[in-house]
Amino acid sequence: MGNFSDRGVKQSIDWKLVISYLLLIIIGWVNIYASIHSSEPSSIFDFNFRSGKQFVWILTALALALLILFAINPRFWESSAIPLYLFVLVLLVVVIFVSKDVKGSHSWFEFGPVKFQPAEISKITTSLLLATFMSQTNYRITRLKDFMMTALIIAIPMLVILAESETGSALVYVGFLFVMYREGFSGWWIFSIIAAILLFILTLTASPYVSLLTLLGLIAISGAIGSGQIDHLFWINLGSLLLMSLLPLILRKTVAPESFLAGIKPMYILLGVCVIAIVSLLIKGYRDRKRHLSLSALGLIAGIALVFSTDFIFNNILQDHQRKRIEVLLGMKEDPSGVGYNVNQSMIAIGSGGFKGKGFLGGTQTTFGFVPEQSTDFIFCTVGEEWGFIGCLVVILLYVFMIWRIVVDAEKSREAFTRIYGYCVASCIFMHLFINIGMTIGLMPVIGIPLPLLSYGGSSLWAFTVLIFIFIALYRQEKKYY
Amino acid sequence: MTTEGNNRSRVLLAGLVAVAAILLGKLFYIQIIDDKYKINASNNSMVYDIIYPTRGIIYDRNGKIIVSNKVTYDILVTPREVTPFDTLLLASVLETSPDFIRDKMAEYSRNKKKIGYQSMVMLKQIKPETYMKFAEIQYNFPGFRGQVRSIRDYPVNAGGNLLGYVSEVDQKYIDAHPGEYRPGDYAGKTGIEAAREKDLRGEKGYHIYLRNSRNQIERRYKDGEMDKEAVPGHDIVTTIDADLQQYGQELMRNKVGSLVAIEPKTGEILSLVSSPGVDVNMLADISQHYNEIIKDPHKPMFNRAVQAPYPPGSVFKLVNGLIGLQEGTLNMDMAYPCYQGYHFGSHKLGCHNHWSPLRLEEAIMMSCNGFFCYVLRNILENKKYKNIDEALDKWNEYVQSFGFGHKLGSDFPSELGGTLPTSKLYNKRYGKGGWKFTTIISISIGQGEVGVTPLQIANLAAIMANRGWYKIPHIVKASEGVEIDPKYNERQYTMVDTTNFKKVINGMWRAVNNGPGTGCTAWVAEVKGLDICGKTGTAQNPRGADNSVFICFAPKDDPKIAVAAYVENAGFGATWAAPIASLLIEKYLNGDISRPDLETRVMQGDLMSRVKTYN
Repeated sequence: MGNFSDRGVKQSIDWKLVISYLLLIIIGWVNIYASIHSSEPSSIFDFNFRSGKQFVWILTALALALLILFAINPRFWESSAIPLYLFVLVLLVVVIFVSKDVKGSHSWFEFGPVKFQPAEISKITTSLLLATFMSQTNYRITRLKDFMMTALIIAIPMLVILAESETGSALVYVGFLFVMYREGFSGWWIFSIIAAILLFILTLTASPYVSLLTLLGLIAISGAIGSGQIDHLFWINLGSLLLMSLLPLILRKTVAPESFLAGIKPMYILLGVCVIAIVSLLIKGYRDRKRHLSLSALGLIAGIALVFSTDFIFNNILQDHQRKRIEVLLGMKEDPSGVGYNVNQSMIAIGSGGFKGKGFLGGTQTTFGFVPEQSTDFIFCTVGEEWGFIGCLVVILLYVFMIWRIVVDAEKSREAFTRIYGYCVASCIFMHLFINIGMTIGLMPVIGIPLPLLSYGGSSLWAFTVLIFIFIALYRQEKKYY
Repeated sequence: MTTEGNNRSRVLLAGLVAVAAILLGKLFYIQIIDDKYKINASNNSMVYDIIYPTRGIIYDRNGKIIVSNKVTYDILVTPREVTPFDTLLLASVLETSPDFIRDKMAEYSRNKKKIGYQSMVMLKQIKPETYMKFAEIQYNFPGFRGQVRSIRDYPVNAGGNLLGYVSEVDQKYIDAHPGEYRPGDYAGKTGIEAAREKDLRGEKGYHIYLRNSRNQIERRYKDGEMDKEAVPGHDIVTTIDADLQQYGQELMRNKVGSLVAIEPKTGEILSLVSSPGVDVNMLADISQHYNEIIKDPHKPMFNRAVQAPYPPGSVFKLVNGLIGLQEGTLNMDMAYPCYQGYHFGSHKLGCHNHWSPLRLEEAIMMSCNGFFCYVLRNILENKKYKNIDEALDKWNEYVQSFGFGHKLGSDFPSELGGTLPTSKLYNKRYGKGGWKFTTIISISIGQGEVGVTPLQIANLAAIMANRGWYKIPHIVKASEGVEIDPKYNERQYTMVDTTNFKKVINGMWRAVNNGPGTGCTAWVAEVKGLDICGKTGTAQNPRGADNSVFICFAPKDDPKIAVAAYVENAGFGATWAAPIASLLIEKYLNGDISRPDLETRVMQGDLMSRVKTYN
């Protein structure tokens, strides 16, 4: 390296990306100061406080960024993706056994005052290995062997992180689906996964009956999309769905409670309809050689299985605190033990910011200590309270700009490795953004996950710096040599 | 691939924009449209009003309330919100001095960094009438408010050491119970209050109010939707008989010691008196009286009934006699001489004047020291055992089975286990082989290395009453919502057979009922028709006169009550301890006293001057 000129640096580095990065870390730093700010003013550089420590993290993160940009050959990342991935995987496993229990999760290494979470860097190594593997010239995601390998690369660290009880960090790996989609993975799969999540939630919040109705509706829609036309079959489906949704009401109104017909539950009738639908879809699909109809039947069967196992999953697989959080989030239960306290306090803080906010250091909810973990996972509360809707808009637009920019750069790059890695970076930031902000405003369950570049903490800041700057370095190299 | 890729990248970017729109939409909704969250529009904020639960009520075994609650108020200050105010007016309304308020405000000002926006408790336990006066003028004093607090009320004087007190938790206590308490909370620190703190305390709740910029409470936040109601504590039913407890306290007035009564069949403690004790009138506000209590040379906070390791004296002869019978080294026909004691070498362990030789029953009736020296010698020099070490450890095992030498495991807090010698102890002290029976002769009459609590000897009385078993003494009964450990329902058997107990109990009956002039030690305790069985004890006290000890139970057949009385520096067992225990039994079984003269003598007896204090 080292054969770059001033002109080269200026032209080849994506400065817009760097500037949005810098803006976000500065916004984070200022808000960390505000969130720990008490009635007795202290300096933002005071090392006794988190803002002072964050300043040190920022300086070291910038040093890391310079190192990646100017001292490390970008080829290094591709050539060492496998050893890096394996090394971090070992760390991920080891941490389960040596770490202390922090609110039920086992994910932190502690060396005296320094704490570090391998789950943070595993995002980077997973992205690198995915990019290395998927950029091979003969790689086809539609080929089962390649698909399985891709899925394994993603699933192994994800499962280990789940074993650490870091549900939030594990959820981020779902974002790699977007990368797979970009590289040719079927959109139907994405559709199915989202539908599965929807059914899961509906089963818990409404009832299995509503959930099955929704399932039938989704099958009808996908059938229409699959056949490329809205035919009479679609209308028949829709009509019968409407009838089924009114069925419980009709039964209750017309059938006398003592009559033997009262023994007939709407659920049995609906299940009968499902069976008829499955059989007719299979027969029609076989007779007309229409593959999407057979797939619809399979989807319907899988959906029914999901709905009925959801109750089991919810009550037997999820841990107690996760179940409580989901219950509160979905408004299923009153909140006797205060699990909803965090969300409620954080929504009060953000909501009370109004349009313009209360001004820098003017927040009361966050500085009075109502909001827990306000400088880490709930940093967005401070933004919302002190800078209002305007502040939230700016921060979210900065993230959107950053992600957008990475995607556009990725599309422009000639090497598949750079493109795929770029999508990985964009997906990680996106998932963090959505889960974290979604959590603070009650759209997502309270699962601890930092807001990239804004939240307090060295381990997260360093990880995102490395993640982003590897991409900037890769992209710069392309522009420089082509 | 490229066009297809571009299509897909467009789909993904569209998804990104959609998600950002959802986030911004929700933000727009909670920040601008929905004013549910907008409590700070004119610098309002939420006030958390902590609702303290009412503490559970404590009942006696007959359903009589012994501890309940009454309402008082605390005055809270939020120093940050205080504006200059009329100190004199506030002081006169709150019935305190202006200097007190000035000092407090100065203190808050010094600690303002630490306090921040918290509220501090300035005055505690204000009477409701005083609070009403304050409430009328409260609007003049921004930053000040009252908070309801219920404190303990004691309709019956059931004894401070038994009931225990409730006081504000300190930092040490908070640290010892992580996550359970916050500064300003109260907790039971001793006695039943501490033993059953978890049941009694209940759960705190809170009301959230919105406050406007003039510091007035405007309305309930979200109409009270987010409030949490306090859950009152469970009531506790104790095994105590309040009348008996009160009567026992009167009997023990102006004496130092302890009086414990147990229902033998159930192990339920009927009364537990430690004298001198803390007056219940001081309990409600113990911090006010704390220095006074601490300075008292007789240490009223020290619960002698469960914590004082006393030598049991002659009552311990019962245990040694029973062990001898069980081991076969003693039988009813053996007679031993006693000429004013047991002589060994140039030494002697003295005894009083009585005829000789004696058999077991008479030896118990007359409490002969010499006889029981032979009893222990035979136990320790039993050829069955390799050496005296082994014999002593077997003896130790026997005595342990009577509930001595270890904590009984009652539900009363801070119970102590007492002491019991082992061969290890003597080997350490005298060297291996450096001691023999005569070295440790004093344990045959319950002196020396034997230390027991009054609760343990009351338990011995219960064992005698039950002819060989006991249930662990306890103070709380199971009731609705309150469970007790199942161990309290299990019989704990001693290692001595019931048949052997029957032989010894005859001696105990004769000790009380043989009539004056026959040599029986405790004729003073006799009550016609009650068939009291007892054993006196006179234990040496290195600090002055002997301690007076008496254990008994009644009636002989189907016993209803077992009692231990232990009076420090009171002399011979029959002088004070026996009449006290006997009066208590008569009160419990008959309801009234047939010996008013004896009662008067006991109640008016003042032995405090005989007791040496530690200061």
